[in-house]
Amino acid sequence: MKKLLVFAVFVVSIVTTTNAQSEKYYSVMGSTLQQMGDAKTAESWLELASKFERIAEAEKTQWLPYYYAALCQAYAGFSSTKIDKDAVGNKARELCDKAAALDNNSELYVVRYMAATIQMMVDPMNRWQQYGQMAQTALDEGFKLDKNNPRLYYMQGQSMFNTPPAFGGGKDKAKPMFQKAVDLYKSQPKTNPLMPSWGETQAADMLAKCG
Amino acid sequence: MFVPSNDTVMRLFGVLIIFFMLATVAGAQTRISGKVLDTKGKPLVGASITLVNTYDGAIADSAGNFSFKTTEKGSFQLEASIVGYAKQLQNMALGNGNLTVNFSLKESLDELKAVTVTAGSFEAGDKKRAATVLSSLDVYTTGGANADITAAAKTLPGAQQIGEQEGLFVRGGAGFETRQFIDGTTVDRPFNASIPDIASRGRFAPNLFKGTVFSTGGYSALYGQALSSALILESIDLPTRSEATVSVSTVFLGGGTQQLNKKKNLSYGVNYGYTNLAVYFGIVPQRPDYFHMPEFHTADANLRFKTKRGGMLKYYTQYSASRIGLRRPNIDSTGLKNAFDIINYNWYNNLSYRENLGNGWKLNVGLSYSTNTDNIFQQLQNSNNNVTTTGKPWLDNTNFQIESRSDLAQAKVVFDKRLSGISVLRFGSEYWYNNTYSGFNGRGIRLQDHFTAGFAEADIYITNDIAAKVGTRVEHNSIINQWNIAPRASIAYKTGKHAQVSAIYGMYYQRPEFNQMLFTQALNYTRADHYLVNYILNKNDRLFRVEAFHKQYFDLVKTAPATTNNGSGYAKGIEFFLRDKKTIRGLDYWISYSYLDTERDFLNYPSTLRPTFAARHTASLVVKKFFTSINTGFNFTYSFASGRPYYNFQPDATGKLVVADRGVTPNFNNLGFSANWLTKIDKAFAVVVASVTNVLNQKQVFGYNYTFDGKNKVAIEPPAQQFFFLGVFLSWGVDRRQDAINNNL
Repeated sequence: MKKLLVFAVFVVSIVTTTNAQSEKYYSVMGSTLQQMGDAKTAESWLELASKFERIAEAEKTQWLPYYYAALCQAYAGFSSTKIDKDAVGNKARELCDKAAALDNNSELYVVRYMAATIQMMVDPMNRWQQYGQMAQTALDEGFKLDKNNPRLYYMQGQSMFNTPPAFGGGKDKAKPMFQKAVDLYKSQPKTNPLMPSWGETQAADMLAKCG
Repeated sequence: MFVPSNDTVMRLFGVLIIFFMLATVAGAQTRISGKVLDTKGKPLVGASITLVNTYDGAIADSAGNFSFKTTEKGSFQLEASIVGYAKQLQNMALGNGNLTVNFSLKESLDELKAVTVTAGSFEAGDKKRAATVLSSLDVYTTGGANADITAAAKTLPGAQQIGEQEGLFVRGGAGFETRQFIDGTTVDRPFNASIPDIASRGRFAPNLFKGTVFSTGGYSALYGQALSSALILESIDLPTRSEATVSVSTVFLGGGTQQLNKKKNLSYGVNYGYTNLAVYFGIVPQRPDYFHMPEFHTADANLRFKTKRGGMLKYYTQYSASRIGLRRPNIDSTGLKNAFDIINYNWYNNLSYRENLGNGWKLNVGLSYSTNTDNIFQQLQNSNNNVTTTGKPWLDNTNFQIESRSDLAQAKVVFDKRLSGISVLRFGSEYWYNNTYSGFNGRGIRLQDHFTAGFAEADIYITNDIAAKVGTRVEHNSIINQWNIAPRASIAYKTGKHAQVSAIYGMYYQRPEFNQMLFTQALNYTRADHYLVNYILNKNDRLFRVEAFHKQYFDLVKTAPATTNNGSGYAKGIEFFLRDKKTIRGLDYWISYSYLDTERDFLNYPSTLRPTFAARHTASLVVKKFFTSINTGFNFTYSFASGRPYYNFQPDATGKLVVADRGVTPNFNNLGFSANWLTKIDKAFAVVVASVTNVLNQKQVFGYNYTFDGKNKVAIEPPAQQFFFLGVFLSWGVDRRQDAINNNL
């Protein structure tokens, strides 16, 4: 009986700690995500990236903080001309690798696509062969894992939108991709507030630009 | 970019309140602050500080300061980390008031950050660590270079503007003192068949290579038998997509295909091209009278395979057959002509294998085999173009036939072992078997040569800022039966974040050319000692490089009065290079200037003279601009070289050669232009290329030919003042979208 009581206390204490821990995880993730929504400069993205990384390293079993750390690195890479693009690109990929070790899903390939694109932009003429290919492979792999990820269609649309019609791109070709992205955003319920849900308004804006 | 939905915010809000309440209950916070510096006391901006196993931490600001609060209590570790530095942990007890913690991080050795020894070489490709200069795209878009690697390399400092023969004449060295290497093994005949007074094109297309290192001196112990320069070409690995190509131009037709398997670990391809200048020469008149229009058949094939461990096995083969026949007025008589006809067959094979053996070991193997046959006849012809004799030996001696064949088989093995940190030891050996036959009017001499070499070299990184490369080569050549030992050493020091200085010393040997060994093999190696210093500033897509060199030549081959090793010489100079892709958006340009002071006594020179292939001042300006709105790029290259000396040697009363006449050619000027328009024709991606050399139609004189008695001279000029080119390159199946995206950026 006494043993049972000790055991019960033990179980309860574990459950409480776990709950406290996960509550803390959800709340910190939530507040950091909110800060992410307000961030506008490369410095703030990088600061958030390191915060997400700390959360990831402390949690050890959550892929989301690694994912958001990588995404923040990518945002920093896009938002500043002064930043070391190879450094953020490599860092973002490294974080994606860590996330993939926990859960290899299509969202990570969206970030991999962004990271490769950032690095290609350093010297497009010479780098497209390596990084352009890497970006394309990321999209291909992402679609293999999830045909219904709206962010993949949004990225694919961006790539097509920026390609002149002479090379098989253009607004006309990009339009169905943005349309597909917008449709998917609408059809997918946002059940878990921590899961990636960004890109809906941007995709709609791009769709509008396609006329 | 990121906007969480309102919904998300509301849900989180509730959780947040709970969390803040908990935090308050948990009580007092500890503030941890401090500084993160490197060992030199400089702030490490952006260093990340983490209270290990918690969410708490910060990043260091521009002064290296950080500060954050934590509610944790007990003993913890605080970690500071940043890319390029060894991370550091400090133990601490929390809960007893605020803490100040300072970090001093030690830089870790890092290949990307470390200084590299780059004196003497221009490395191309997209290697971040290298002083990137020439990529295959650069070669294609150098105005007037007509997609010839050598022509593009001539716009870099160190190379001379030589138009009367093929080859790279580097820093006072003759053309044969530059050797080309593909994937480690040397190429016996890198240029198409040689024609007197005309420069031939290189045999290999730029797109076969991902990187080009044009080393104008001081190259590594891995490369030997080149006195002056090494052009080191590294072939591409797997192509990105399968494709079919067709090219149509004013001078050639070609087609090919490249297939990549689904697993993307195997590819193969074949290409065929036919070149004939009949139509072009019909429209654009040429100085020589071509009785056989330049005609080339070239076929190549490749197989590339990526191994399971990430290594590469590559095979490339190229076969070409060509014929050119031309006639020019004989210089010693009126009415007579010299006809020259050459039929060339060349087969080149290269097999290379590289593999990661694990444990820091890498293996590189190169095998190559090539065979080259030249059938040449030269005739003295009368006004009816019939062969004739005059009874005058100096005229009749121009009637001859040459049959020559050269076979070269090679094997090279290089092991690469990573030592502690990022230092690397490389060693290996190579073996060449040369078999040459030189037939003159039916009588021939055969020479067989076994060449063996062993080499070892170490890249030693002392810190990220200072590195040394030390190596040596030992060689043996069977014809002359001589050994040599060639030490090489260099040191590089990083003077700033983007700047470095290096110094190089090296001893270089080259065996005499086969045509110099036909009558005597009692010769020794020719030798050159190189001393170089350079400074490189590489910042934001702008590269500035200045290099000074001194070279001493020993034991150069003399062919008159007798074939000996009694020649010698020196070369010294200074070179500047600036490349800028940044200042003006979309504009890429480079400027090179070379000053050269050189003299040598070699071949039949009666004394020490400035060689005929050495201009004192050489400069190039290369400008490229792509206009996205019209999908067209325009490329200009202006090259200038001051006059080069020319001589006429005549025997004096005792039969000894003396300088009977000398002079300096006029300055050389050339403006080359090309435009490339990217478009789509039906389903094919198309590149339309138009180019012209010597746009300003300036007179170019490369030297003079003298009459037998030395009393008259005739200028050596290009076969036509200008060369025009128009071509369409089509490809199907290639995903060129990324290309296009780039053009939009």
